[in-house]
Amino acid sequence: MFQYVLKRLLSTLPVLLGISLLLFFMLRMLPGDPAQVLAGQMASPDDIKIIRHQLGLDRPIFIQYGFFLSRLARFDLGRSARTQNPVIKEIWARLPNTMLLAVAAISLACLFGIPAGIISAVRPYTWIDYLFNSMALFGISMPVFWLGLMLVVIFSIMLQWLPAGGTGSWKHIVLPSFTLAAFVVAFITRITRASMIETLSQDYTTTARSKGLKERVVIVKHALKNALIPIITVVGLQFGLLLGGAVLTETVFAWPGLGRLIVDSILARDYPVIQGTILIFGLLYILVNLVVDLLYAYIDPRIRYA
Amino acid sequence: MRQDSLLSIHHLRTRFHTYEGVLTAVDGIDLEVYRGETLGVVGESGCGKSVTALSILRLLASPPAEIRGKVLFDGENLLQMSLDEIRQIRGNSISMIFQEPMTSLNPVLTVGEQISEAIKLHQGVTREEAWSKAVEMLRIVQVPSPDIRAREYPHKMSGGMRQRAMIAMALSCHPRLLLADEPTTALDVTIQAQIVELMERLKEEIRTSIVLITHNLGLIAEMAKRVAVMYMGKVVEEAPVEDLFLEPLHPYTHGLLGSIPWIGRKMKSGRKQLQEIPGMVPSLLEIPDACRFHPRCSRAMEICRKEEPPLVQKNGRRVLCWLWK
Repeated sequence: MFQYVLKRLLSTLPVLLGISLLLFFMLRMLPGDPAQVLAGQMASPDDIKIIRHQLGLDRPIFIQYGFFLSRLARFDLGRSARTQNPVIKEIWARLPNTMLLAVAAISLACLFGIPAGIISAVRPYTWIDYLFNSMALFGISMPVFWLGLMLVVIFSIMLQWLPAGGTGSWKHIVLPSFTLAAFVVAFITRITRASMIETLSQDYTTTARSKGLKERVVIVKHALKNALIPIITVVGLQFGLLLGGAVLTETVFAWPGLGRLIVDSILARDYPVIQGTILIFGLLYILVNLVVDLLYAYIDPRIRYA
Repeated sequence: MRQDSLLSIHHLRTRFHTYEGVLTAVDGIDLEVYRGETLGVVGESGCGKSVTALSILRLLASPPAEIRGKVLFDGENLLQMSLDEIRQIRGNSISMIFQEPMTSLNPVLTVGEQISEAIKLHQGVTREEAWSKAVEMLRIVQVPSPDIRAREYPHKMSGGMRQRAMIAMALSCHPRLLLADEPTTALDVTIQAQIVELMERLKEEIRTSIVLITHNLGLIAEMAKRVAVMYMGKVVEEAPVEDLFLEPLHPYTHGLLGSIPWIGRKMKSGRKQLQEIPGMVPSLLEIPDACRFHPRCSRAMEICRKEEPPLVQKNGRRVLCWLWK
């Protein structure tokens, strides 16, 4: 088990190297000159040349990549071209916010989506199934920025219950996490329903009923536990996506997370920050998938890693 | 109705409402199971054997299933009980063994947990007591090192071992009636013999009645005292097991017996051809008029095509056929 985790963690290295390679060269194919952006409209060609030299952009691109890698090996992601702060510090300042929002959104989505999926599966093709189905469809087809704005209009401006943006108290997280959850909940409801319908029709469910167990026990203990694998897969993937920055939601609610950091950095052609943030996204995504795989083995005894 | 009747089924009719139409899987059958006896129920796939068993314990989802008639267990109608009342019966007074040991155990719960949860539920004992009873049951069904096996998951066991676990689960609360739905069909022959022997022995020890559902006539001959033959949702013949094998009355029973291959039995004049019943069981959506068996019957008469056959009682036997009127 320990060996398996170690192996998986080591295997993230080549993946991260691949990400860095693609990222590094693709970024430099973008039109626009970071030195120009940094120096501003009024700068003279000489100023720009100096800045370019400071950023190391006047060297051949392979040399630049080599420097980047050698710093990376020392866990140094460089400094932001914009703020001159170490990239790691910029990320570290926003990562907790992104984590908080992602965890809140995914918890909310599970809290609603899993019970809704179970109820739909237990009573398929009834009014309640159709109701949850329409809610899921609503959530998935609603553009996030529009839903976010509507929530602001209703709860911040009209009712004045919740702040429209920023951070500070638990109240600040309510609207952005609802906005994000509305999208994710649809996936979770649908997969839970499909998976539960499948397990509820299995022979072992009939066996469980034939023992005289209460329907609640049959559903939760016997059917749901078997249905969890696909549910966890979807939850893991969605959580990974949320960690990758909910750009639109963070923008609508002025939430200082990684999503906004990366957008601002792209606009400023701030290569070090973009590179660092995306590498962190990659790392988080890999870790989430590892946790999901370990959960598989915990839930289903037939899955064992050696 | 005899005094020692344990289960008494009257006009049981189970229908399924589907998009293609209403399927009548069990069509007004009457059966009696006496205390301590084994009643065999035989018939081809799709004749309604399993649906009958599932209807008794009301294990069919309803809708689409609709169950009518009376199922008296110890004088009480199971079909009119509340869900809570029927749950008291399930796994306690009446339990069930299923055909597929590979799929009828829950893959994510240990075998011990699956056996002990019924014990804990019906006998009101603690978790630990239920567990040790479950281990004891595994020992009784001759699972080797039962205390270790109880902590294992079903996928680590062979088919025969799982069916033993299933039997342990079904018998853990000493039911008065055991519904065994094709208990040996999925097992290979040597294991089948062990399971049959085990069921026979436990039947004596626990003094339970058995409804043995199977298409295996050899198993019926070995275990059952009386046999009911089903065809397309109806009991077409019922008789003590020796009578049925010696002198089948219904042409369908005759056909069933004729289609068993007997290894080693050769006629003097070379090999005897295996007799088969011509045609196939029609779909439940296209039930033939009058006698359901007439399109496949070699002895069909004019009246078989026109009128429902009568139930003929003859020396303690029942047959649903015009031939014996």
